[in-house]
Amino acid sequence: MLVYEKNAVSELVSDLTEKYGKKRSSLLPILQEIQQRYNYISDFAQQEVARMLDIHPVEVYGVISFYAFLYDKPRGRNIVRLCKTIICDLAGTKAIADAVKRELGIEFGDTTKDGRVTLEYANCIGMCDHSPAMLVNDHVFTGLDPETACKILREIK
Amino acid sequence: MQNLKRNKMNTVFEKQNRSGPILFSKYDEGSGIEKALSMDRNEILNELRDSKLKGRGGAGFPTSSKWMIVAAANDEKKYVICNADEGEPGTFKDRVLLSEYPELVFDGMTIAGFTIGAEEGIVYLRGEYTYMLSYLESYLEKMRQSGRLGKNVLGKEGFNFDIIIRLGSGAYVCGEETALIESLEGYRGEPRNRPPYPVNTGFMGHPTIVNNVETFALIPHIVLKGGTWFCENGTDRSTGSKLFSVSGDCENPGVYELPWGTTIKELLAIVGAENAKAVQVGGASGVCIGKKDFNRSLAYEDAATGGSIMIFNDSRNMLQILKSFMEFFVEESCGQCTPCRIGNVKLLEGVEMIEKGEFTFEYIEKLKDLGRTMQIASKCGLGQTSPNPFISTLENFKEEIFKSKAEGALT
Ligand SMILES: Cc1cc2nc3c(=O)[nH]c(=O)nc-3n(C[C@H](O)[C@H](O)[C@H](O)COP(=O)(O)O)c2cc1C
Ligand code: SF4
Ligand code: FES
Repeated sequence: MLVYEKNAVSELVSDLTEKYGKKRSSLLPILQEIQQRYNYISDFAQQEVARMLDIHPVEVYGVISFYAFLYDKPRGRNIVRLCKTIICDLAGTKAIADAVKRELGIEFGDTTKDGRVTLEYANCIGMCDHSPAMLVNDHVFTGLDPETACKILREIK
Repeated sequence: MQNLKRNKMNTVFEKQNRSGPILFSKYDEGSGIEKALSMDRNEILNELRDSKLKGRGGAGFPTSSKWMIVAAANDEKKYVICNADEGEPGTFKDRVLLSEYPELVFDGMTIAGFTIGAEEGIVYLRGEYTYMLSYLESYLEKMRQSGRLGKNVLGKEGFNFDIIIRLGSGAYVCGEETALIESLEGYRGEPRNRPPYPVNTGFMGHPTIVNNVETFALIPHIVLKGGTWFCENGTDRSTGSKLFSVSGDCENPGVYELPWGTTIKELLAIVGAENAKAVQVGGASGVCIGKKDFNRSLAYEDAATGGSIMIFNDSRNMLQILKSFMEFFVEESCGQCTPCRIGNVKLLEGVEMIEKGEFTFEYIEKLKDLGRTMQIASKCGLGQTSPNPFISTLENFKEEIFKSKAEGALT
């Protein structure tokens, strides 16, 4: 990492500790915002957070590794989470999954070569009355079929 | 991204078309708070006790008992926490309450703050619902502008209350109240031993009430109309109404407000699912009920549910459904205690053995025993309830599941 990049990370972490308070209970919102900016939480960012909150870096890593939505490795610019729980599943998750895999040329858990999309499964996202459903970043898409799902994925940058 | 809209949202069940005895009835923003502030704290607690309201998050603990303990506690800091982690498969009623009735939820939290003597409320919103965040934040801001939050709420000298929203990050177990508190404190969302309960040692060690979104949403109505009025709906032991999130094989999936005590059969008629073969009541950790038991009623004392009702028709394979639930638990177990971490894997393997026709009835009985051990020995509700679908589905649908399989195994 370049020095000015490191400085930018340190500055962000320091702003966030200011915003949420220099206390352990601020850890999750701080990590969530770092990820929002950088799309993952780098080793260096973890060390900076640990330093600012005065806890061991392993504690920070332990928290990141627990939560499915926190990443310690770079991933795609967009993250697609297709619901695979039973109601969506019975409404056609598998066909959508197959179509999306073909369209993007990757498996679930992988990221496209150009870094545009990471494909994942999610458990019930609370849209069962409009199944099948998926999340694209923070947005929800419902009543999907293979064609519309692929169309949505083509439109994201 | 912003211009991509939700696909094909069903407009039939938008707010103006909802109706129900309590939550889906008329309510003027702020009127519940206003009434509460004109009452004595004990009066509110008494109304709550008379309402016999039980928590709507699944466990069904009497709300007044919880509030009374915290109200009586001697601590300068107390907290009101709204559990909006809604992660139980098939549950989406909190989504509807938060996005269409935020006034009920937040007014309810504010009344709670006044009643127990807390100044801070926290909503723990599941990460999957981040798309609601900006709307909810703007609603809270509106409340601050109009004096319903902040210093001296609605002019009540000395009552200060505000609400913040914290996001989860994709862990189902964080809906368990002690895991939720761990998460808010900045730790891995691993459930604590209970006792101590949050009412004594909650957020940051202070007395805390944790209630479900729907529980808070009922509070303004109870304060306005009284505990006795609330009891007009429902049964003796399950008073009031319940929001049911209905999904699966039915004509009109959605959220319905019905009195407790409604039978499964009545509900199926309302949602257009007369040809149902099975109903999963209470989500993945609930029980699977077959046709012969459709006259059972939805109530704490019979078929209890936090709201999830999943309907399956004749074309569905019950073993596939069970497998999906067991996979869910294997993924979502926090791994902290052995019965749950290992037990769920064993139960899932058992389902796969049945699927392949490679099982003995003796081993399946052993697995049911294991399930009963998990119900007793697991540390939190996840492991205590995850064997429910295994035991109930294999029992209630044994003909469908074992007949063809056993024959297959013979030939
Ligand atoms: C694994 C697990 C997940 C839970 N998820 C939720 C949830 O998403 N929302 C909720 O309100 N309660 C959930 N609960 C129940 C809470 O622990 C707690 O009982 C509830 O929030 C209390 O509120 P109530 O009394 O208003 O129901 C969950 C419990 C367990 C064991
Ligand atoms: S029962 Fe399961 S989820 Fe609960 S503490 Fe034990 S391992 Fe974790
Ligand atoms: S099962 Fe897919 S949103 Fe609930």
